[in-house]
Amino acid sequence: MSEPKIDGFELKPGFKGMASDTASDQTMFKGVHWGKAMMWIFLLSDTFVFSCFLISYMKGRGSTPVEWPNPSEVFALEAFGVPVPLLLIALMTFVLITSSGTMAIAVKYGYEKNRKMCGWLLLATALGGLTFVGMQAYEWSKLIHEGVRPWENPFGAAQFGSFFFMITGFHGFHVSIGVIFLFIYTYKVFAGHYEKGKKGWFTKLKGDYVEIEILGLYWHFVDLVWVFIFAFFYLW
Amino acid sequence: MSDEYDNNKSYQAQSSEVMDGSTGSVNPDIDYVRPSEVGEQELYHPHSFIEKWVFCQDAKVIGVQYFLTAVFTGVVGLILSWLMRLQLGFPELAGFMTAEHYYQFVTMHGMIMVVYFLTALFLGGFGNYLIPLMVGARDMVFPYVNMLSFWMFFVAVAVLMASFFVPGGPTGAGWTLYPPQTILEGTPGAGMGILLMLISLSLFVIGFTMGGLNYMITILQARTRGMTLMRMPLTVWGIFTATVLAMLAFPALLVSAIMMTLDKVLQTSFFMPTILKAGEVLEYGGGSPILFQHLFWFFGHPEVYIVALPAFGIVSDLISVHARKNIFGYRMMVWAIVGIGALSFFVWAHHMYVSGMNPWFGFFFATTTLIIAVPTAMKVYNWILTLWRGNIRINVVMLWCLGFIVTFVNGGITGIFLGNVSVDVPLSDTYFVIAHFHMVMGIAPLMVIMGAVYHWFPLVAGKMLDEGLGKWHFWITFLGAYSIYFPMHYLGFIGVPRRYFEMYDSPYMTSAVGMNEFISIAAFIVGAAQFILIFNIIKTLKTGKKAEQNPWKANSLEWYTSTVPPEHGNFGERLPVVHRWPYDFSVPGAKEDYIPQTTAPSEVIHTEVEKT
Repeated sequence: MSEPKIDGFELKPGFKGMASDTASDQTMFKGVHWGKAMMWIFLLSDTFVFSCFLISYMKGRGSTPVEWPNPSEVFALEAFGVPVPLLLIALMTFVLITSSGTMAIAVKYGYEKNRKMCGWLLLATALGGLTFVGMQAYEWSKLIHEGVRPWENPFGAAQFGSFFFMITGFHGFHVSIGVIFLFIYTYKVFAGHYEKGKKGWFTKLKGDYVEIEILGLYWHFVDLVWVFIFAFFYLW
Repeated sequence: MSDEYDNNKSYQAQSSEVMDGSTGSVNPDIDYVRPSEVGEQELYHPHSFIEKWVFCQDAKVIGVQYFLTAVFTGVVGLILSWLMRLQLGFPELAGFMTAEHYYQFVTMHGMIMVVYFLTALFLGGFGNYLIPLMVGARDMVFPYVNMLSFWMFFVAVAVLMASFFVPGGPTGAGWTLYPPQTILEGTPGAGMGILLMLISLSLFVIGFTMGGLNYMITILQARTRGMTLMRMPLTVWGIFTATVLAMLAFPALLVSAIMMTLDKVLQTSFFMPTILKAGEVLEYGGGSPILFQHLFWFFGHPEVYIVALPAFGIVSDLISVHARKNIFGYRMMVWAIVGIGALSFFVWAHHMYVSGMNPWFGFFFATTTLIIAVPTAMKVYNWILTLWRGNIRINVVMLWCLGFIVTFVNGGITGIFLGNVSVDVPLSDTYFVIAHFHMVMGIAPLMVIMGAVYHWFPLVAGKMLDEGLGKWHFWITFLGAYSIYFPMHYLGFIGVPRRYFEMYDSPYMTSAVGMNEFISIAAFIVGAAQFILIFNIIKTLKTGKKAEQNPWKANSLEWYTSTVPPEHGNFGERLPVVHRWPYDFSVPGAKEDYIPQTTAPSEVIHTEVEKT
């Protein structure tokens, strides 16, 4: 297999390739769409946001004088009369990870210009996200019902409630934004905006199926963040 | 609707053309530049007055909007500093001012100047205007998001200014907003004031993120043909690295603002320990105030370099152009900028030596702080070596640059005092600290801004600013700034604490009284002198002499646009093709003392031009 080329520029593999791409003119990331590069850098910045949240959580959990509640008791869900630890969280995680799968397939069909399949899979992803947000709302209302508040917590340290509502709330906000955009892009794909070359509502510029991949990057990121929240909040 | 420029793909004919239209001999081998990878950018041209000047998607207009908004907040910050100096120098004349007012002015002055003035001016103002022009792009890569970025900043400023008019006034907790006192009753503005401040900061971060993504992707992915990273002007390198810092540091500010908002509104205790007030236990408990300090300074220290790095970059370009010499050690300068940027994430706790953290932690941060002096000193040496035997033109721009170098060295040296734990502890929270950071990140970057305004005004407005008024402006500001901050070092050494509303009858105050009066008078004069610039700009716009294209004989692309001032799309029908770095000044054997970046190698084949 010969080395791929972009407009007279030879793409080399490995570290050498990275160095020669960096040293070249015009673009640093060869053949990468502007929007895609933007999303990656935005996600890097957002990673710092979530890292700050999680590190603050670790510090808060480590320094509070009152005992931290046992997550497997707090987050237990009664199923057939038996309290099962982390049942709801396991379901939520499963739904969210599955929606990442449908998103990835939607991107594939998008690039194949298979409008119908892409649209249905986007819709499935959006519904998965919606289910996740719904289950999170259920979990919140259950905890609130049991007396957990951002400022107090009957199971132990008040910071447990504070960090829980703040971090899951911030993540849920990300998911909700993602769901809204998933519905918008489902509509755009079904309506055939990319095929017709219809201009964007705000930007007044033409779109492309790469937008589905950019949305996918965001969606996978939101899932990945959830894995960290899951590990630090529910398993620790 | 978009106009698409004709993407002419006859490279060999193009490659020998320079911007002024002259053609040299065609030598396809040495003049060859790879074809365009991305093709032409689709632009949305404005159709109405509102689309052209208000909700505009052109980075140049957005840059000017950012600039004007930032200058407006800067003037507010300046007036606040006058009020503070009035209280400190002539308390009998400032009878209307209570201690609460004073703390509010201190806080707002600090926050406005650091975030809403300097950061917005360098990145939003100069970044938006110069990045697309300097890298040879038609516009920022996401013009619509860029427009949103400015309007988000505008709303952030409006919210910040609104806090002057709410019950209780703006927050008076000091610009560092340290909990617990920031949100406790008894601190001025602990009600609505602090809430609006936190909301405004969050909006600023969101707005900046939109802009920052634009700056980064434009630089990384939208350079013109032939423009490698190592052919970019240092201005672009400085703004780029500062943007990277901002994208990674502002998250900490956002998170701390969110957490403090919750502490304030929902009585959570992220930052709030158990507090006894007048014998009563407050509802707070179990939180960590030090956590806030870590989050704040993880943002706060890179913030210093978010202001400083664009200044470093811009001043390098100005010195090189006005000394008619290539910048000394271009690659070293680039790596120094990148190195300072990377190191700036590992020094934050040197702001916290007296916070009660582990002394070994202080030892680590003292070490990293002193290491950062190495790349910084390299830059200073390189500026001086650029001037060395250069064909220096002592015009207003050069004066500001020279003023910057001495001021920056001055502030840098006091930084070495404060970076060492044992020296910092007695000097901490005194006027020495005030003098240090005003010199190094207040006056020094401000001098670069002034130089940059005089340098690029002919490009933005097409007219030359008045040199005579400019020299008055410079000398009053330069001498005045030293009159303000030199005595403050002394005040710090005799132990005058910062942020004190009144000095009462402290024994050391007898020698400080006269000095405070002197500093205040100097501050009034320096502040007033800034209006010379505003007058100069208005006068020039009305009656100024029309600027020729490229009045400073510079090489970088922003001076080689199809029209002056550049129109939407910047470069007319064809984007420029770059063959060299922007620092080919006084090349032996060349006809002129400058070779534009667009000059093809075949045209300068008989000169001793460096290969870049």
